[in-house]
Amino acid sequence: MSIPKEPTAAGMAARSSVILFIFVIAFTAVLATVFSMTAPAIKASAAEEEMRMIKEVLPAALYDNDLLRDTLELPPTHELGQDDTSKVYRATLAGQPSAVVLEAVATDGYAGKIRMLIAVQANGQLAGVRVTQHKETPGLGDYVDPKKDKNKSRPWITQFDGLSFDKLPEKSWKVKKDGGHFDSNAGATVTPRAVIKAVKEALEFTNRNRQRLFGSNTAEQEQDKK
Amino acid sequence: MITWAEFKDIFVNGAWRQNSSLVQMLGMCPLLAMTTSLVNGAMLSLATIIVMGSSGFVVALLRNFIPYEIRIPVFILIAAVMVTVVDLGMNAYMHDMYNILGIFIPLIITNCLVLARIETFAAKNGPLQAMFDGAFMGVGMLWTLSLLGAIREFIGTGSVLSGIEAVIPGLHQIDLLPADYPGFLVSILPPGAFIVLACMVATKNWYEAKAAERAKRQPPEPLSTAGCH
Repeated sequence: MSIPKEPTAAGMAARSSVILFIFVIAFTAVLATVFSMTAPAIKASAAEEEMRMIKEVLPAALYDNDLLRDTLELPPTHELGQDDTSKVYRATLAGQPSAVVLEAVATDGYAGKIRMLIAVQANGQLAGVRVTQHKETPGLGDYVDPKKDKNKSRPWITQFDGLSFDKLPEKSWKVKKDGGHFDSNAGATVTPRAVIKAVKEALEFTNRNRQRLFGSNTAEQEQDKK
Repeated sequence: MITWAEFKDIFVNGAWRQNSSLVQMLGMCPLLAMTTSLVNGAMLSLATIIVMGSSGFVVALLRNFIPYEIRIPVFILIAAVMVTVVDLGMNAYMHDMYNILGIFIPLIITNCLVLARIETFAAKNGPLQAMFDGAFMGVGMLWTLSLLGAIREFIGTGSVLSGIEAVIPGLHQIDLLPADYPGFLVSILPPGAFIVLACMVATKNWYEAKAAERAKRQPPEPLSTAGCH
């Protein structure tokens, strides 16, 4: 090291900014490297994750296609509570449309949005409903999520399984407290009310848009991919 | 590299003497939000152990190249990069673990404990010492937040260990009170964290005052870090 000169303010500022700049470049490079190294593994596990959620709502016997590749993009749809575009997974069995899995949002929960996956079979029956994300009060409204539900043998959300408007008239899609069909825990009816309403609206939406959702272009799309 | 006495001193400092939550009062924001249950508190602390250990190590390695005037931006840069690296790495290679810890990792950067330890310890010590200091600060957080979470959960819902099945499959939460326990919501909400934490701080101070009385010595002065929450 040479004898240090008395640093000037400008010199100090220049030196500091150069060193800071070098640090930023170096650590950005580290980040970029790690990001590109981990990207394929992250993508694979994200797909696996997506599939695991779908498997919870849609029994494996109902489809034999690659659901992650046969998807439809919906524009922002008020009936599904979606302010943004959402995905529809289209299940086929032996080439025939068998079910769709919708992403829906219940907007009037107790605390923010309740995100859900809803699987509707081609015959209008619900195959399953799962809450994927919510901020409901822990220990109170969160029983709509089967992982938090104290009733392990028959979680609340499974009440929807197999239901359709043929089996349950539209006016009964309410909690028992409001004169409807569904159970709810005492003291926490806001959350189930929101979930039931969202599921009902999603089912209505599916029934109204059967052509668009189940539509026959599944086979054409398969052709396109090949 | 590191002597046994040094190691022991760093451990006692992190786990008890300078306990991040009870003495330094740092990281109150994640503490408030995440200690609604034992499992949440413990998981946040585990993620903190990993991030603080690694960022302390890197800062201590580079400490001689960081000019004093711009140390704060460089420290923040390093801590933020380490958080992101840990986040990406766990997402890619330890996905099951990531599913459990994932939401807690980005939260760590809101914890000013990370920056405080880098500034007061890692910038002045060797990489190994700094790594252990970061990790043991996390260990101190681990037992404090676990206890805090357990107390809040017990008072709030009458059970403990809810959510354990996501971490160790096969285990279930333990209901300590009868099912008709009405719950005590305040305990789960943020004010509950302050109330329970204050009781824990009081207990620790009372215990130390007793010990000091016996040993006729003063309890250690808390490290002053006013203005950081």
